[in-house]
Amino acid sequence: MRELSYAEALREAIREEMLKNPKVIIFGEDIGKYGGAYKVTKGLLEEFGPERVIDTPISEAAIVGFGIGLAIMGFKPIAEIMYMDFIPIAIEQILNHAAKMHFMSGGQLKVPLIIRTQYSLGRAHGSQHSQFFPSWFMNIPGLLVALPSTPYDAKGLLKTAIRLEDPVLFIECCLLYHRLKGPVPEEEYTIPFGKADIKREGKDLTIVAISRMVHEALIAAEKLSEEGINVEVIDPRTLNPFDKETIINSVKKTGRLIIASDDHKRAGVSSEIAAIIAEEAIDYLDAPIIRVCSPDIPIPFSPQLEKKFMRSNEDIIFAAKKILGEI
Amino acid sequence: MSIIKIETLKKEEYDSYGLSKEKLKGMLKKILLIRYFEEKVEELFLVKGLLIGPAHLCFGGEASAVGIISALNEEDIILSNHRGHGHALAKGIPPKNVMAELFGKITGTCKGLSGSMHVCIDINKGALYSSAIVASNIPIAVGVGYALKIMNDNRIVACFFGDGGTNTGAFHEGLNMASILKVPVIFVCENNQYGMSIPISYALAAKSIAERVYYGYGIKTYVVDGMDVLATYKAAKLAIEYTRKEKKPSFIEAIMYRLKGHGVYDKAEYRPKEEAEEWWEKDPVKLFSERMINENIISEKELKEINENIKKEIEEAIDFSLRSDIFPFDELYKLVYSGEY
Ligand SMILES: Cc1ncc(C[n+]2csc(CCOP(=O)(O)OP(=O)(O)O)c2C)c(N)n1
Repeated sequence: MRELSYAEALREAIREEMLKNPKVIIFGEDIGKYGGAYKVTKGLLEEFGPERVIDTPISEAAIVGFGIGLAIMGFKPIAEIMYMDFIPIAIEQILNHAAKMHFMSGGQLKVPLIIRTQYSLGRAHGSQHSQFFPSWFMNIPGLLVALPSTPYDAKGLLKTAIRLEDPVLFIECCLLYHRLKGPVPEEEYTIPFGKADIKREGKDLTIVAISRMVHEALIAAEKLSEEGINVEVIDPRTLNPFDKETIINSVKKTGRLIIASDDHKRAGVSSEIAAIIAEEAIDYLDAPIIRVCSPDIPIPFSPQLEKKFMRSNEDIIFAAKKILGEI
Repeated sequence: MSIIKIETLKKEEYDSYGLSKEKLKGMLKKILLIRYFEEKVEELFLVKGLLIGPAHLCFGGEASAVGIISALNEEDIILSNHRGHGHALAKGIPPKNVMAELFGKITGTCKGLSGSMHVCIDINKGALYSSAIVASNIPIAVGVGYALKIMNDNRIVACFFGDGGTNTGAFHEGLNMASILKVPVIFVCENNQYGMSIPISYALAAKSIAERVYYGYGIKTYVVDGMDVLATYKAAKLAIEYTRKEKKPSFIEAIMYRLKGHGVYDKAEYRPKEEAEEWWEKDPVKLFSERMINENIISEKELKEINENIKKEIEEAIDFSLRSDIFPFDELYKLVYSGEY
């Protein structure tokens, strides 16, 4: 199968859906001629013109609100917020409007808005340009949240998102855009929301990993397999809806759970996943759940310090040995 | 009251604006320091590969940094943004600390924890804060100004941001509050024509930023050639005088040009080549140096010496940075809160 980068896979998803559906409109800061800060939308302005590919001013709240307005008029808006760190400027529009309109209007309004954003952890961008806080959005009823970890998932999930009728926060990982390539079929496919993917099968221990950490978990699993430890790696792919069955089934098999995510540990996405499993599958656990997450400090700029801040496959291996009682 | 257009200072006016020969030489030194610092930083990123992360160089912004900050008193406060190398150096933060911050070292202005976009923080020098979130420093400056006002503190605040920032909510909410609360803040919009790839001519609905501010928020507004250091100095002097005396905010729109890309890696292919070439003719560093020589403020020989000293100082700053340690990781926890919990 041909290989695409993560960024190319996303671009292809947008392009195909724009070709298919004239109601798809994309907008955001520098997404036109510049092609987006990370070149995901490169070439789309030339192909689809300025009516459907709109460069906006630096106005995050207006970008999201504008998208909501388009959405309730029957369009399929895709907003790009350049860095996840800037979403808080628009959070009022997301929290009070996009996520609740369908409910508040008694089902009259639909908000098929996609907000694409990315987190830049690992690029020495400092405390205001590297943050990752998916749990904030898991806490909002009415908002769907997707976090693809591979080019295949990126394309399939984005295409699904574009066809859904609810608001979706689509969180990409900057480190993967151009560094990660992977197989993406030429033919049409989509990936349903709420269906976790077992990225590697195993029987000794389950690792649930999010976004970039899926790759660290896979490296850890490979290294552990050399020691005869057989690890299952699960990527939930969407946090809302959340596929707890796949994880519970895995825990039933392995009895052990590690959760790996780039966000802070306290009140993070791992807290919620651990709580779900503790609540619904505690009888299957042979050991306490371990979370491998970022420390609860702002992200330091200094490249060496940022490296220490970031969890890696080594941290996962350490956790695995601990959960297996080897240390 | 109307929008006030500021022309450059004439030589005869130097005295009345407090510009002694020494002061002018000091400003020239600063502007050369900034230029040479930025050239070196560019090299450290692109040629030597010693620096990584984002860095927004201020080629073209030297006259606004030096002109405006030189018009302030030393104790006055500035708030900067992501493009703050020039502001930091103009405010008197030692180049070695600015450089060490870019290297992520403990000897940097923020102990290496914040990097280029926050390099202009040194509270002992009155560089209070740098925000990498566009225009978010504006409402904060209003609060700082209000604090000074109710403390009967005579200092004032200068808040720097770009043209792109004028389209944010923080800008509009901040200026409105500044106006109704009558805070001693000078807002400095460095209109370098671009917010990343987007020209302000496209992004702005108003006729000009100055009109938007003047008619929208009733703030005294000055428009000035931001490539001319003596003009920005004059505008700042007038704005400062007004703000200190009337205890009301003022606004300076410095019309200038971002002579290079948005960030150090950006080749700025989205803009016409001739446009940049035209603006390079107005290079503030070149123009000011030439003018100071023509007006006999400085001799060619002195200028050469200054340049050599600056080069030496920057090389030392790089050495200093390379020799410095990084902050101990475990100690970072102690910086999250000021108390222990
Ligand atoms: C709220 C916010 N949105 C977007 C960005 C990304 N960004 C950083 S600088 C910049 C352009 C800013 O333009 P301007 O305010 O004119 O300042 P300049 O860079 O030209 O000095 C953008 C879009 C950001 N840092 N913060």
